[in-house]
Amino acid sequence: MFNKQKKFEQAVLSGEYANDDIEYSSYYKDSFKRLKKNKMAMVCAIIIVILVIIAVFAPVLAPYDPDVQDYANILKAPSKAHLLGTDEYGRDILSRIIYGTRVSLSVGLLAQALATLIGVTLGALAAYYGGWVDTVISRITEIFAAFPDLIFAMGIMFVIGPGIKNIFIALGLLTWVRTARMIRGQILQLKEKEYVEAAKASGATAFHTITKHLIPNCISTVIVLVTLGIPNAIMYEASLSFLGLGIQPPTASWGSMISSAQPFISYLPTYSIFPGIAIMITVIAFNIFGDGLRDALDPKMKN
Amino acid sequence: MLSYILKRLAQTVLVLFGITLITFILLNVVPGDPVAMMLDKRADEATIEKVRHEMGLDVPLPEQYINFVKGAVRLDFGKSYFTKENVMDALVRSFKVTVKLAVMSFLFACVIGLTCGMIAAVYRGKWIDSLLMTLSMVGVSAPSFWIAIILQIVIGLKLDLLPISGFDGPLNYILPSIALGTRYAGSIARITRTSMLDVIKQDYIRTARSKGVKEFLVIMKHALKNAMIPIVTLVGTELGYMLTGSMLIEKVFAIPGIGKLAVDGMMNRDLPLLQGTVVYIALVFVIVNLVVDISYAFIDPRIRYGKGGE
Repeated sequence: MFNKQKKFEQAVLSGEYANDDIEYSSYYKDSFKRLKKNKMAMVCAIIIVILVIIAVFAPVLAPYDPDVQDYANILKAPSKAHLLGTDEYGRDILSRIIYGTRVSLSVGLLAQALATLIGVTLGALAAYYGGWVDTVISRITEIFAAFPDLIFAMGIMFVIGPGIKNIFIALGLLTWVRTARMIRGQILQLKEKEYVEAAKASGATAFHTITKHLIPNCISTVIVLVTLGIPNAIMYEASLSFLGLGIQPPTASWGSMISSAQPFISYLPTYSIFPGIAIMITVIAFNIFGDGLRDALDPKMKN
Repeated sequence: MLSYILKRLAQTVLVLFGITLITFILLNVVPGDPVAMMLDKRADEATIEKVRHEMGLDVPLPEQYINFVKGAVRLDFGKSYFTKENVMDALVRSFKVTVKLAVMSFLFACVIGLTCGMIAAVYRGKWIDSLLMTLSMVGVSAPSFWIAIILQIVIGLKLDLLPISGFDGPLNYILPSIALGTRYAGSIARITRTSMLDVIKQDYIRTARSKGVKEFLVIMKHALKNAMIPIVTLVGTELGYMLTGSMLIEKVFAIPGIGKLAVDGMMNRDLPLLQGTVVYIALVFVIVNLVVDISYAFIDPRIRYGKGGE
């Protein structure tokens, strides 16, 4: 996953990935055709759709209320009444995993939305204006990139406090760097194109040029970055919640479930195993789909 | 070459300065007076003032920052609020443990990753390729702390082969190293396969084969050597991640490493300890990356002259 992102990054920076001279409707149609041929990616797309449905319809799908405690049924093994068993408060593990889908997907999506907003803005400004603007933004990017990721996220969570909104913020602040770098690289190349010069010559403002001519041509890069960024964010959320710095009880999150299951590994091992499977399936689905999407949007990238 | 190194060094100094600044600003906007928290509610105003003065917290923030940087340059981060231990001593003690864990995980990741990647490349399209690539996908997508717990359940509890916590003897190292290394083994396996497949297509491999060189030698001598550059690049940065990202594994196995120190610092709101740990971890990460970059510039001349400076 990491390597592929790196490779994608290199391709973007070296200009292989600029698709500005392709006609739009047919470009996306062709990409979609290519994507449909990739069976693994399509299977993963279906899994993602199912996950979204689970998240949206969690109250309908969950057999129990995820937060209702039942002291008569504590730490029960999987049975007909509780398909995946119950936790240390007698809560239904399946229902909690179903509700956890909401947390993971919304963290993935909103953290990426924030990262994209910061990254695209700073990347575009740095590339468009160059000079001292570029220098300042690039140095800031370097400092953020030099922080080891997990300790940085932990530090921000420590400062702003736990909770789901704060996770969006922490992960957004952690992951915008990659977006900024790639958008900067791509806009540096797009800036030299004739149509941008034409726009400038006909009196377009900087704001107009950036938002109407430059950023729209980076959309496919942004789509791939977001798709591959979501599983990363989900993994960070799980890690932070596991460390006790993320989602707080009683809200169900996959990472915090594994954390509270840890003391009971000898008594009820399945309790810690099921939430991990949920994380794994989600992350794999987004990774394979994201790879497929990248290959479909630019066939030259395919190895 | 020299100008590349100098440029990279200057960049590192700037980055380190930025890191201390961000850490300081972040940690000083934390709500709650650390001195009042440390002394509990019983302390009266005069005592609080006295302790504030002793800790250098009664001067304006910019001055506190300068004092912090002055200390950091001499690797002096003050004393822990709670244990009263010198922060640097705690850092060194914990870091030794983390280095052991990271080195073992690194070896595990390299050996398993390279072997699996090579086998997958040689048997491309066969069942063993699909199996290894599926496993590596699982490896990079499963949370490391979850793998750690599965290892504890299966190898520690069910089979009763290895201890599941602590870090006292060599037997204790095995499960944590596997848990920390799995993710990196997966990504090394994937890049090894890709890189090997790129090289195997080349003419000189066909030439070697047509000369009648044994297949094993073709792979080991001609292919692997040339496939190494992207692999080495990845492996270097991964060492940095293993040295700085072990807090999850340390929590699962109750290992007293640097990650545990950071988590403890957060839980106890122990600012000097936390500040020291964050800056120390970032310092290690930045220096590992600096060394890795400079050594690549030696290995690969394209970095020295080309776009690599960016």
